[in-house]
Amino acid sequence: MATASDFSIRSPRQEVLAGARDIIPLVVGAIPFGIIFGTLAQGSGLSFGATLGMSAFVFAGSSQFIALGLLAAGSTLPLIVLTTVVVNLRHMLYAASLLPYVQGASQRWKAVIGFFLTDEAFAIAIRRYQQPDLSPHKHWYYLGAAGAMYLNWIFCTWLGLTVGQLIPNAAAWGLDFAMVATFIGMVAPYATTRPMVGAIAVAGLVAVLANGLPHKLGLMVAAIAGVTAGYWLETRLMQRVKG
Amino acid sequence: MNDWLLVASMALVTFSIRYALLAFSGRISLSPSLVRALGYVPPVVLTAIVVPAVVFPDGETLGLGWQNARLVGAIAAVALALWRKNLLLTIAGGMATFWGWQWLVS
Repeated sequence: MATASDFSIRSPRQEVLAGARDIIPLVVGAIPFGIIFGTLAQGSGLSFGATLGMSAFVFAGSSQFIALGLLAAGSTLPLIVLTTVVVNLRHMLYAASLLPYVQGASQRWKAVIGFFLTDEAFAIAIRRYQQPDLSPHKHWYYLGAAGAMYLNWIFCTWLGLTVGQLIPNAAAWGLDFAMVATFIGMVAPYATTRPMVGAIAVAGLVAVLANGLPHKLGLMVAAIAGVTAGYWLETRLMQRVKG
Repeated sequence: MNDWLLVASMALVTFSIRYALLAFSGRISLSPSLVRALGYVPPVVLTAIVVPAVVFPDGETLGLGWQNARLVGAIAAVALALWRKNLLLTIAGGMATFWGWQWLVS
C-alpha cells in the first residue's frame, strides 16, 4: 500500500502508468460496449469512418449509442445534437468537481482534461486529486487513466466494425459488471460520516425511482438529490455541534 | 444526413459541456459551501450509476430476487468493500460471485 509521501516523488511517466493501471477494471468493463457500438453502427447507416470518428472525437459512450438509435429511427440532426447535450450534461457536474484541482493548470491541460472527461476517467482521477500529497504531476495520472480508456474505446469500436458479427453476444459476457464492482469498491471508503451515508442512500434510491427518465436524466436527478441531502445533513450536524 | 457533420456537431457540444467550467475556472470563485457540496459528487454519482445497473438487470424491470446475479455479486462486493477496504479484492470477489451465481442460476 503506497503512502502519501511516495506519491510526491512520482515522475510524470510514473503517474501516467499508475493512472493507466488503476483504470484497467473500467477499461475491461467498457470492452463489450465498444464492440457492441461498432457492431450496431454497421446497421444504423453511419459510415465506417464516421463511426470511428464518433468514438475518437465525441468519446461519450451513452450519447453515441443514443445517436445510433435516433439515426436508425430517421431523426434529424438538430434533435440528435440536442439529445447529445442532455445526455452529456452530467459531465458538467464532473467538471465542477474538478475545479479546485485545475485552477492552477494551463489552458492546454484544461482542454485535455475536458476532452477526455468521461464517467470512468472522472471516477479514477478524482481519487488521485483528492490525495493529500502536493505532487504537481496529478494531471499526468488523469491523462494515463483517460488515455487508456480512450485507446480501448477506439480499438473496441474498430473490433465491432470489422469482426463484430463474428463475436458472440458481447453483452452476455458480464464484463460490464467489472464497472459495478469497481465503483462499489470506490464508494465504500467515502461511507464514513453520517451525511455521506445519507447522501449515498438518497442517490441510490432516487436513481432507482428515476430510472424511467430518458437520456440519463435519472443520473443527474439522483446526483443532485444526493448532493443536496448530504449538504443538508452536514449543515444540520454543524449547527448541532455549534448550538 | 451528412455523417461527418453529425460527428462534428456532437463532438463540439460534448467538448463544450466538458470544457466550459474548466476553461473559466480561473474566474470562478469557489465559495466554501460550494466546495463542501462538491465533495459529495464523486460517491453520489458512482452510486447513481451502480444502483440502477444492479437492480435493473435488463435496464427496465426491477429484479430484487435471488435470480439476479448482478444483485448477488453487488452484495458480495459491498460486504467485501466494507470488510477489507481493498479495491482489487472487492473487484475480484464481486466478479467471481457474479459469474459463479450466473452460472448457478442459468
